[in-house]
Amino acid sequence: MGERLRMREAARRALDDEMAADGDVVVLGEDVAVAGGPFKVTDGLLDKYGERRVIDTPISEAGFLGAAVGAAGTGLRPVVEIMFIEFIGVAFDQLITEAAKVRYLSRGQVGCPMVVRATVGAGLGFGCQHSQILDGWFRGTPGIKVCIPADSASMYGLLRAAIRDDDPVVFLEHKAMYGDRGAVEVGEAGIMEIGRGAVVEGGSDVTVVGSGLTVGIARKAADAGPSMEVIDLRTLVPWDSELVLESVSRTGRLVTVEEGPYSGGWGAEVVAHVAAQLHGQLKAPSLRITSPDVPIPFAGALEERYLPTVQLVADQVAQLVTTDAAVAPWWQTEVLA
Amino acid sequence: MSAPSAVERRQTLHAERRELLVRGIEIRATEERIQELFNDGLVRGSTHLCIGQEAVSLGIAREARPSDLVVATYRGHGIALALGVTPVAVMGEILGRVVGCAGGNGGSMHLSDMSVGLYPTSAIVGSGIPTAAGAALTAHVRGTDDAAIAIFGDGAANIGAFHEGLNLAAIKQLPVVFVCENNLYGEYSRQNLTTAVDDIASRAASYSMPGVVVDGQDVDTVAAATAEALARARAGDGPTLLEMKTYRYRGHSRSDAATYRPDGELEQWQQRDPLAILEARLVEEGVIAADERGAIEAQVGEAVEAAAQEALASPEPRLKAMFEHIVAGDAG
Repeated sequence: MGERLRMREAARRALDDEMAADGDVVVLGEDVAVAGGPFKVTDGLLDKYGERRVIDTPISEAGFLGAAVGAAGTGLRPVVEIMFIEFIGVAFDQLITEAAKVRYLSRGQVGCPMVVRATVGAGLGFGCQHSQILDGWFRGTPGIKVCIPADSASMYGLLRAAIRDDDPVVFLEHKAMYGDRGAVEVGEAGIMEIGRGAVVEGGSDVTVVGSGLTVGIARKAADAGPSMEVIDLRTLVPWDSELVLESVSRTGRLVTVEEGPYSGGWGAEVVAHVAAQLHGQLKAPSLRITSPDVPIPFAGALEERYLPTVQLVADQVAQLVTTDAAVAPWWQTEVLA
Repeated sequence: MSAPSAVERRQTLHAERRELLVRGIEIRATEERIQELFNDGLVRGSTHLCIGQEAVSLGIAREARPSDLVVATYRGHGIALALGVTPVAVMGEILGRVVGCAGGNGGSMHLSDMSVGLYPTSAIVGSGIPTAAGAALTAHVRGTDDAAIAIFGDGAANIGAFHEGLNLAAIKQLPVVFVCENNLYGEYSRQNLTTAVDDIASRAASYSMPGVVVDGQDVDTVAAATAEALARARAGDGPTLLEMKTYRYRGHSRSDAATYRPDGELEQWQQRDPLAILEARLVEEGVIAADERGAIEAQVGEAVEAAAQEALASPEPRLKAMFEHIVAGDAG
């Protein structure tokens, strides 16, 4: 049994432990040093590791993310903080076109052991330019790994693994979850493997796959109704197809619960893969419960509906298991019909 | 009598000198009311207040035409109100209600009203600078004498969009005025820690355009500098970079207590409060009586409170509103 840490504390602990273990790990971003980070994740690191390794930058994402690529190619292990994921837009060349290609172009002579931490997610009323998940921006780029922790243990375990990883890792931290507490096994034993998911609730009627915020939503929905096996994917690239296939081969039904637009969501990849591998063995059409294909609305009542709710997941999963027939997205029946 | 529209409010600002002070007081009162609404748990997300910087918004609005395009930022309550957007539309948006200028879908960081030339404000630092150059390109291509105004903070002067936007505007001699509202801090960092020059206006030299340091606490100096830059733009003489030296009295956003500021700095800037400077000048000119400010504040305070109540009484958008205006044709 480990320590109980908030997710922001788990992230800080992971950074601290990796910085203590490896003098090449540096942290850089806007207001990460003196101010301790806009979300207070890096608080205290400047005092402990000094301004050579904990670096405040101007508001210049292309500049400091690009510098991290160069530093990573020459021996450091930079951890870049992007305050809100949208801010990475101006640095896309550096990440997508440079960092993700440098190993390939150098026939392995140069790598990019860099972590790009960014806050993501809706639910806090930050509006459509500060609330997206945008995992899809990265998933389609070979050479980049994508992690999204759902609890304090995976925040710690995945972040340490990401820093140790020899390739660029985009590490998505849901800002609405920073205050959530959970048990963390600190130290080497708490380090997780990138690419491995976990069954967080056992069940037999249906496999429900979530990531980040939606894992908790799926777990709450599993309190009643059909017997749901809930999987936390933890890593979106590479994702744990073995774990999902094994589970669905037992339950015969697959549901993904995703934050973010329906079109192009990670669940489409999961559903397509399962359909190809388990053709003929499924009891029901696979179901994707996602956000609608809209920018994230600001008004509270609308943003609440943008995210999949516990009630929606409970109802739709129950309907699927009861009928074994396709279940339509809520907006098709409720709004656009 | 119905409340004046945004366009009417804009006309009043142009026509009546006294209105500058009235509007300045309105900006401050509205932002203070927004802070209260936030403290009462009625505003979601974040807010970025411009208290202390009102003169910049007022001076620009005084000189720009409604057909000029203003591209501003998430610290946009002041410029929106100055340009004429009503307190109901501003507070309604911040509260996420249908009377808001974006129908409640935008929030505090995304105010707009094209009837008075306010393009939707962006939450991304520096993004509006090339946008303004693009609006100037429209005027250039169509041969009108409209201009564009980009308003951005000192933090934006270090991002690529600033340099790319200025260079593009310079080589094409586009009718645009770049207004850097330098309030000394980019997020939580003081300018000298993030920026290699003392005066951001000096960066204009790299793009062969005039760069002018302006006292951003004085509405009249802001207006004069803006008028001159707009005249250059309209005459086909290209862009100008104006650096308005100003100060934000509050933190970067609602979660920032601004503990990074040296003791006494805020108080020093408050000695040159933009509303006090304007008030003294209007008294000197005989535009208002020496004791008139209190009455204006009372009157504006009542109007702002009525606007707050109207915004609070307005409903949240219906569910279908989140599916509207995503692409052309789905206007609901």
